[in-house]
Parts: sequence; C-alpha cells; structure tokens
Amino acid sequence: MAPIQVPAAMAFYDDADDLMYVTEKARVEKGYKDLDAYTPYPVHGLEDALGLKMSWVSTVARMGLVAGWGLGFLFQSWTSAIDWPVNIGGKPFVSWPAWIPITFETGVLLAGFCNLLALFVACGLYPRPKTVIVSKRVTNDRFTLVVPIRENQTEAEVVAFLREHKALKIKIIDGIDKERQRVIFRAPMEEEPVTA
Amino acid sequence: MSIALEPEENKLLSSKIKMERVTEEVLAPMGRFPSLPWHIAFGLAQATALLLVLPVIYQLFFGLGIYGINNPVGWGLFIVNFVFWVGIGHAGTLISAILCLFRQNWRTSINRSAEAMTIFAVMTAGIFPLIHVGRTWVAYWLVPYPAERALWVNFRSPLLWDVFAVTTYFTISLLFWYQGLIPDWATARDRAKNRFFRSIYSVLSFGWTGSARDWNHYERAYRQFAFLATPLVLSVHSIVSFDFAVSLIPGWHTTIFPPYFVVGAIFSGFAMVVTLLVIMRKLYNLEHYITMKHLELMNKVILATSLIIGYAYASEFFIAWYSGHEYEQFQFLSRPFGHYAIPFWTMVICNLVVPQIFWSKKMRTCIPVMFVVSLLVNVGMWFERFNIFIISLHNDFLPSSWGLYIPTIWDISYTIGSFGFFFTLFLVFTRVFPTLAIAELKSTLPAPSTGPKIPEAAHHAHHDDDDGSARHHPDSNPKEAH
Repeated sequence: MAPIQVPAAMAFYDDADDLMYVTEKARVEKGYKDLDAYTPYPVHGLEDALGLKMSWVSTVARMGLVAGWGLGFLFQSWTSAIDWPVNIGGKPFVSWPAWIPITFETGVLLAGFCNLLALFVACGLYPRPKTVIVSKRVTNDRFTLVVPIRENQTEAEVVAFLREHKALKIKIIDGIDKERQRVIFRAPMEEEPVTA
Repeated sequence: MSIALEPEENKLLSSKIKMERVTEEVLAPMGRFPSLPWHIAFGLAQATALLLVLPVIYQLFFGLGIYGINNPVGWGLFIVNFVFWVGIGHAGTLISAILCLFRQNWRTSINRSAEAMTIFAVMTAGIFPLIHVGRTWVAYWLVPYPAERALWVNFRSPLLWDVFAVTTYFTISLLFWYQGLIPDWATARDRAKNRFFRSIYSVLSFGWTGSARDWNHYERAYRQFAFLATPLVLSVHSIVSFDFAVSLIPGWHTTIFPPYFVVGAIFSGFAMVVTLLVIMRKLYNLEHYITMKHLELMNKVILATSLIIGYAYASEFFIAWYSGHEYEQFQFLSRPFGHYAIPFWTMVICNLVVPQIFWSKKMRTCIPVMFVVSLLVNVGMWFERFNIFIISLHNDFLPSSWGLYIPTIWDISYTIGSFGFFFTLFLVFTRVFPTLAIAELKSTLPAPSTGPKIPEAAHHAHHDDDDGSARHHPDSNPKEAH
C-alpha cells in the first residue's frame, strides 16, 4: 500500500531535555498528532512525551516462554514414554523431575527467538543494503522531532512553534507514512550530511 | 589526553566527553588498517590456536589413545577445559543482564566486550566435548532428531541436559548481543564514507533508524532479554555441575555444587574481563571510557567472589568431616596431601590468598597488580576444575581400580591451543565490531556543563545526576527519583 504522505517539519536539537520538553508541548498544548522523534539512544520519558503505548514485544516473548516449556516437556515425555519407551534403571517412563532442566532451557530458547523476532516485526527491521534515514546525525549526536503538517495547520505555524523553542535547525521533509507513522524521506542516504 | 578526561569526583565518566566523540573514537579502529601490535598479537594467537588443531587431526588417525585419559580418570583435561571456559563466559552475561536489572550504569562501558568474551568462551568450551566423544563426526547424535534408528536420546542424563544448557546459553547470548549491536551498526552505517561499507553496515543494522517508536520496542525487548538471561546464566553452570553432583563419586556427590560452580564462574569470568580490558583500553585508547573506576568495581567483584569461593571450599571440607562418610573423608584428605597436592595448593594460593590484596585501594587501582592478579585467578580457577574432576576420579571406592592421570603432550597442546583460539576470536572482534556499546554509553554520559537551551526544559526534566548517573538512561526513572 502506498504510504499517504503529509509534509512534515523536522527540528534538530543537541540536548535530550530540550527535545523532551518540545515534544510534550507540541503534543499536549498544541495538539499536534503522529509526532515522531529520532534519537541516538533510548531517551527515558520520551515515550510518555510522545504518548506511546507500552510495547507488546515482551508479551510475545512471554508467550514463547510458556509455549517452549510446554513443548519441551511434552517432547521429552513423548519420546521417552510413547514413541520408544526404554527402561532406564527402573525409572518411570515419564521421569518428570529429570525433564525440568531441559524444559527450562527450551522455554528460554523459544522466548529469546520470539523476543527478537517480535522486535523485528514491531520496528519493521530486516537486512537491507540501503536504509532511508531522516538525518545522518540522529544516530550520532542529534535529537530530532518530526511534526507532520496537516490540513488544518500551515507550515509557517509549525515552523514558528519550533523556532520559538530554540531548534538548532528546521527542515521541511516530503512526508510521513500515516499507516506506520514513519517518516518517508525521498532523498536516499547518499545525501549530504545534515549540518545542524 | 587521558589525564584531561579523568572523570570528576562522583562520576564514572568525564563530563567533557561529547556524544560525537564517542562515535568517532569507538568506530575509528574499524576503518583503520590494523596496527603492528595487533598483527603481532594476532599472529601469536593464530600460532597458538594451531596447537588446538594438531591434536585433533592426530586423534582422527589414532583415536583417543593419544591422550592421558585412562580407566578411572575418563574425563581428563577435556572436561577441565570445558568447565573452565564455560565459566569464563559467565561474567559477560552477569554484566549485560544482571547488572542491567540492578540498574548499574557502570556496565555500559564494558558490556559489549564482556558479552563478546562470553560468546567466544562458550565457543571454545564447546570444542572439548566434541573432541572428547572420540568420533567427532557423529557428535550430532547428541541432538534429539528423528533418526532411522528411531531411538531417542536419554533425557534423564545430566550430560544431555548440558547439551541443551550450553547451546541455549550460546544462542541467547548471541541474540542478546546482536540486539545491542543493531543501533551501533546504524551509527557505523551513517558515519561510513565508503559506499561498500555503508551497504554492509546497513544490512547488519537491519535498517535501524533511531525512531523513538522503535526505541520504545527496543527497550522493552532488551529488558526482556535481561530477564531471560538472568535465570539462564545461573542455570548453565548449575546444570554443568549436575554432571558431577548427580553421580555418586566422593567429592562430586554434593548439593553445594550448583552455587559453588556459578560463583567460581563469575570469579574467573571477571578476572578474564579485567585481563582483556586492561590490554584493550590501552591499545585502542579507551582509557577515558573504561576508567579506573570501572576496573576498581570489577576488582571488588573479584574480591567478593573470592571470599564466597573460600566459604565453599571450607564448607566442602567441613561436610566431608561432618558426614562421617569415610570415602568422602579420604577424598578430601587426599586433595591437600595426595598425589595432586601441588594443583590443590596452587588453587588455594591463587583463588584465596592472592585476591586478598584487593582489600587495599592502592592495589586494586594499580594496573600491573590487577593484571597479574587476574591472570593468577584464572590459573587458580583452572586448577580448581582440575582438582574437582581429576582428584575425585583417580581414587574413588575400590583401591584395585585406583589410577593416576598424567596428561600427555597432546593434552597440554590443546589446552594451550584453546587460549589461542579464544584470543584469535577476540582480536578479530576488536577490529570489526564496535568494542563499546555506543548508544548505551551515550545514555550514561554525565550532563555537559552547557545543559539544555530551553530554561524550562532543565526544570522540567528533574535532573538527578548527583550520583554520577546519567540523565536519560532508561534505568534512572525520574518519577521514582522525585
């Protein structure tokens, strides 16, 4: 599905507190919607400033944990008691206490895979030779807020708001993908580094 | 330069370090041609690794008879090395997972290299059971798969639990490590000048963009991995110790083994981290990231675990006496006074006496001292494994089945060679991977003197950096602090 593009304003900061303050103001006071921020490290509190929900990734991991426990236990019981029961030292075919170490390990193993795969799905991550990024500096030392400009707002209005809040640099970009709420940036990575 | 970047009082890192500088300094070695010291070290490591390959090739033709293993002592140096190397790995997971849950910010400077050490140590460890099975080419029989023989593996055997524990540990450590690497590959990608490297790093980064929406998921997944890896790391050496504790051999059949093995693993693992980091911080000019405060904290962990180990040794001897079990008593008398008294006393001196030097602050902040101590601790821990496995097996119940174990030249060859294999992997790591966790390190940098530009933002953010912790580290929750 082709992304629906809305032009967006991008403000650069060099301090995470500035970004957090502006983000919260833009969302709560100004009522701007579908904001996104780009940061070089996970900024604690930014998810609240953006009004994000708690991630569902770890729920998938926990389901994997329980499924791994169940499958591991059942597999050991099935092989030892049903598929080919072997009498080992007169122990019961389902020697359940001896199953526990492997049951634990299979649970953790499946949970780990589920965790990472859920993260890849949630963030749309997959190996690709070319990555579309908003700026080369967001993975280095810049904090960026992206404000989509909607029908009822003007570009000047949004830029004025960002300028008022001491953005180091403001840039208008082509659009934002409304479905995945992700910035669509037409210029490929070869673009000159943004010098904010 | 490094003197100017000494961290201030009550801070782990200097507040003069800017984020851009972290990116530059950590990623610089990846784009440089390796230096001469690196080439020399790599050549030495490669040559030493050959000592691991030669016995294996020789064994393919002549079988296990080339080694010193015999009837009472069937396990030999293979299992000594296996348990030793699995133990080395434990410090990496402790630093990455347990210290993450305990919100210890000092882990961010060392977790990447410690986790790499974990992965390489487990790889090294995994070689030994594969050699020891003799017919290495059918080692896959250890895995339960639907074979034409239709017979399954015996799930009641602790040796099979080991297969699952070690492979799960390796896999989860690798996944956890890779998740931490993703944002750093992205940083490397955006810094790369060369189109070829940019593509490689783009593939490795899985297209990471640094969006706060992605960080929200990332943090959750990272914390979840820490929650999974914490019981896992405790389970691995516990299960390794079951190989012994579940048997009836005097000296093995004790309930103290799981915690005793885990603590020993952390003790030797931290010593190995100190050995590696003391060299790495010097060669790659990382002294202002891996500061004396980090090293001192690790030395404190070594001292603490040394005391716990001493307690475990004492309790083993006490229980041998208190149980009234004559085979157990004989076993524990033969350790300090029997055929293998020299390994026993080496262990006691290296593990219990030498680390006590760290009670002195001057000694635990002295690089040459901690380097020597960390090496001796690893010698001691290797001999601890030797004592547990060899001494317990060589004199068990019936004097008619007693025997001595004398390693052959091939046993010594693969033991030394395993260090070459490990260091080869680690040296490659320091060249091609970001050796510090860049994103995590940035989140723990102390507040710069300039601070936020918006005056209200400073007030708004509830700064809490008096204890040297960072402002935006996910672990320092401003709501709780308020």
